[in-house]
Amino acid sequence: MRIDCDVLIIGGGPAGLCAARSLLGTGLKVLILERDPFLGGQLLKQTHMFFGSKEQYAGTRGFEIGQILTREVQASPNITVMLETVASGYYPEENFILALEKEKKLYQVYFKKVIVATGASEKSLLFEGNDLPGIYGAGAVQTLMNMYGVMPGKDIIMIGSGNIGLIVSYQLLQAGVKVKAILEAAPTVGGYFVHAAKVSRMGIPIFTQTTVKRALGRNALEGVEIVSLDSKWQYVPGTERKWPCDTLCLAVGLSPMSELLWQFQCEMRYVSELGGYVAKRNPFMQTTHPDVYIAGDVSGVEEASSAMLEGTIAGFAVSKALHKMLDSVDQVIQNSQTFLDEMHVGTIGEKIRNGLAKVEVDVCL
Amino acid sequence: MKNKDEVIVCRCADVKLSEIQELIKDGCTTLDEIKRLSRACMGQCQGKTCRNLIMQELSKAQSVSIEEIKPSRFRPPVVTISLGSLAEEDSHEK
Repeated sequence: MRIDCDVLIIGGGPAGLCAARSLLGTGLKVLILERDPFLGGQLLKQTHMFFGSKEQYAGTRGFEIGQILTREVQASPNITVMLETVASGYYPEENFILALEKEKKLYQVYFKKVIVATGASEKSLLFEGNDLPGIYGAGAVQTLMNMYGVMPGKDIIMIGSGNIGLIVSYQLLQAGVKVKAILEAAPTVGGYFVHAAKVSRMGIPIFTQTTVKRALGRNALEGVEIVSLDSKWQYVPGTERKWPCDTLCLAVGLSPMSELLWQFQCEMRYVSELGGYVAKRNPFMQTTHPDVYIAGDVSGVEEASSAMLEGTIAGFAVSKALHKMLDSVDQVIQNSQTFLDEMHVGTIGEKIRNGLAKVEVDVCL
Repeated sequence: MKNKDEVIVCRCADVKLSEIQELIKDGCTTLDEIKRLSRACMGQCQGKTCRNLIMQELSKAQSVSIEEIKPSRFRPPVVTISLGSLAEEDSHEK
């Protein structure tokens, strides 16, 4: 079946919802495709309060931000939401996105502009026994625990001390799971100091330059063999030790889900700092394909706060490109760009800054 | 060497690290070649887990950074679609 819209937003997470909200009252026909049975994306799993400014919902918990944005979007007459619907591919000859609803029904979606906000997928790690039951990605642990109230295990070891590893460790503690240790392959903790301090205060040790070498167990995980790493990331012989546990959680980074952007033939580049392949873009989140905009983790893995800002910029930029702008559009875009730049200052933002420098281009709207 | 066989790279097609390393030793230099010979990246998840891991192995073997590894094509569809859905859509069009 054929569907026509002015603006197609692929993904109803923080980036997609903020993009949609920017198009409220423009009269443009907006369609959001969301893979899950609900809007909100990763926000719904986030039980901690956000930082930043009032505009970025500082002091509000992630899942509540998801609910606020969902209500705003659902109340809007010019925005349609299709849940349990996946954008399965872009077909350039006919210029449509093929959408698959509930794994069954197909739609050809035609659009004037598209905002790709598909997010990211979890990275994995190579070690012996890495397919044993009891080994999860951190996202899966969060989904089980925070969305469905299911405890993933009783006795857990976390791999990765980035923000996700730290925050999920804290959430596991809150749920009554014993977090034995957090292992970090790098010489320093990856995430924000506040999160690391919080788990340390709760008594979880963080071991740097340490990783998992082997998962132990026959039919399910019974323990792990861990090992120290040298400055060249190689195993230090003789440092292996075995720890019992029933769950291993991998929080080793995310990779942008950029398949559709390849199909749009956007200029792409592998940028390690941003998690993988990302599209080149201008400050308005427009890619080298003039009708394709990006926002959120697919434009480079960061966090929900930056995803919301990027979504806002992309949404307003699209309204401007379609000449349906509100009077304040330039000011709003500029404000969001300033907030985004502020998130990237200092040593914490250095990695992201370096990554973005590799994909920012000056294409005019 | 037996131990290495238990390291899974592609969970969809059950491809092991030793198989990937063997293909690289036999002369594979791109992700596309490894895909076609091993079926890694061609299952349910379309490479979301294993693509990066295989690129890492290629970059190690060629002593280049992962940025320099040639990407594979990303053809639609990116998710599995049942033949029934396609047939139904086709019958609507006629």
